[in-house]
Amino acid sequence: MNILYSMIPIALAYSAPLVIAALGGLFSERSGIVNIALEGIMMVGGFTAASVTVALEPISPAAGYWGLLAGLAAGVVFSSLHAFTSINLKANQVISGTALNILAGGLTVYLAQILFHQQRTAAFTSGLVKVSVPGLKSIPLLGPLLFVNASPPFYIAVVLVALSWFVVFKTPFGLRLRACGEHPQAAASMGIDVLRFRYVGVLLSGAFAGLAGGALVLTQDIQYTAVSIHGSGFIAMACLIFGKWNPFGVLGAGIFFGLSQALSLYAKDIRFLAGIPSEFFYLLPYALTILALLVFAGKAVGPKAAGEIYDAGKR
Amino acid sequence: MPKHKKQSILVPIVAILFGFALGAVVLVLTGRNPGSMFLAMFQGATGINVKAGTFNPRYIGEFVIQSMPIMLSGLSVAFAFRTGLFNIGAEGQLIAGSVAATAVALWVQAPPGVHAVLVLLAAAAAGAFWGAIPGWLKARFNVHEVVITIMMNYLALFLNNWMVLYVFGSKDRIKTALFPASALLKDDALAALTNGSRLNWGFVPVLLSVLLSWFIIEKTTFGYSLRAVGFNKEGARYAGMKVERNIVLSMAIAGAFAGLAGAVITTGTFNYGRFLPGAEGYGMDGIAVALVGGNAAFGVFFSALLFGMLKAAQPLMQSQGVPKEIASIIQASIVLFIAMRLGIETLISRLKRKSPETLGEEAGT
Repeated sequence: MNILYSMIPIALAYSAPLVIAALGGLFSERSGIVNIALEGIMMVGGFTAASVTVALEPISPAAGYWGLLAGLAAGVVFSSLHAFTSINLKANQVISGTALNILAGGLTVYLAQILFHQQRTAAFTSGLVKVSVPGLKSIPLLGPLLFVNASPPFYIAVVLVALSWFVVFKTPFGLRLRACGEHPQAAASMGIDVLRFRYVGVLLSGAFAGLAGGALVLTQDIQYTAVSIHGSGFIAMACLIFGKWNPFGVLGAGIFFGLSQALSLYAKDIRFLAGIPSEFFYLLPYALTILALLVFAGKAVGPKAAGEIYDAGKR
Repeated sequence: MPKHKKQSILVPIVAILFGFALGAVVLVLTGRNPGSMFLAMFQGATGINVKAGTFNPRYIGEFVIQSMPIMLSGLSVAFAFRTGLFNIGAEGQLIAGSVAATAVALWVQAPPGVHAVLVLLAAAAAGAFWGAIPGWLKARFNVHEVVITIMMNYLALFLNNWMVLYVFGSKDRIKTALFPASALLKDDALAALTNGSRLNWGFVPVLLSVLLSWFIIEKTTFGYSLRAVGFNKEGARYAGMKVERNIVLSMAIAGAFAGLAGAVITTGTFNYGRFLPGAEGYGMDGIAVALVGGNAAFGVFFSALLFGMLKAAQPLMQSQGVPKEIASIIQASIVLFIAMRLGIETLISRLKRKSPETLGEEAGT
């Protein structure tokens, strides 16, 4: 039980950036644009958040939160590149996303060398401090799991999940966004500005992934390095698929994958898992995603038009 | 047709020029000297240090070393592209190849020469297997190869690490035991020729692969039916071609090229299997190489040399005070400009329309 009390908060902390970035992917793909650049956007967000936090820590106690905001803004700016190439210039979305991933890896370390004269940002002192919620933390059983030493981004993630669900499934905006991802020509015939909705989708994915990158670096690292994000953007893509492009599904998948990451640290202390090498827990999300894709195969699960270049004249 | 061909060369060249120009602008904006970058690239490619007036052939050897694996991963991506498949999995197929290469190098005993060939064949087979899986899943269940290959890259990475740590055994948790000399592509004569570089016989399978890829795609009936699937799947099916079989075979052959790269790195550049802390980017490089090379074998040859030169120049740039990541920035910009192909093409045709007399004549000659 003691292991559970220390492991669950860590699992939830790990899951937060995955869930937030996957929600970003959800908005982009629901609008019809595949975004495999989540990884790259997270790098840019993480780098920006770390840099801003380092700069503001001496003057503001809330430096970490300013860092998160800066990461979010940087994500929007960086993703606008993907929006411009894949929406305006009708570039292949996978190629454009690949370019962004390569660019992010180079650009962040390049700027670190310019700003900090090393291959990484300077270390921040505290980043985002873990919080305990007064009152709620004394709930038996749940209190210590959810409200003691909790990572603030996890609460942000839960709020964003509920908000995203409401926006995507309960508002006219969400209906139109989904229409653009299912059948853009039909949406256009109803007077919906497909390009504008896709722009919003991609920029939202940039905001979410940038925020996620910041959350990851500020809670799990002491500075931004080239390997800080270590494939989390791709696990976020996996969450999106595993969660069937639904915000609550994404939350469930994210917590599950966070748990699998946390297990890799704790397995040696759990008797029936002790013999399993940590590599197994690392590869679990990827293997399960392939399985999930096979289970979903042939059923209409993801947005139908995602990845297709929009051709207004197509029927 | 000639006009189309001219544009297919023109677009990558424009993209490359834009990419380098953008890189130079980034350097200027951040207070670095673009001149040092271009001198470093020149030295990386030719071994000539312009400032000091010296020549060191070791740089040429390292330039070739850097070009070899990305030429193969570029071929891999390009080959699949011709069948209409996006192989983001070259990285994983390469890792699968290096696991197989390590296994054969450590566990099989064979005379010199034979052993190295066995290593190469095993690596190609493992890469082909790793590539055939997403191909089969695509053909059988119609699941998108992009997502599957991304996931399989990470599967390969962690399987490699598990093999290195627990199956091959590693004393320092970084590398396996050293391979016997019979398994290696290394050769002291080649190293001596290039003043102690890591140049090795890997360039032989690499060049053979370029020729083989060109031959299969352009000169065989099989290659024709692969391209037909790439152009129009349903059309090819209507014409009686086995679309599903072609998809699996195309991914398997693409995987074989990438797997071979794993062997070239493991037994050529190094002489031990390695624990990998993360993806090394050969797959991403392969995408860039294939796109710039127009997904054609000889195009890939030249664009791999271009990006190999960029990689080889990185340490030189760093020592000149130019952050070496500028190479990734340039590479990404080139890919982005290629991705904007439609946009660039409209731009070019618009320019032509504006001055039909002068530019029209040039295009006609």
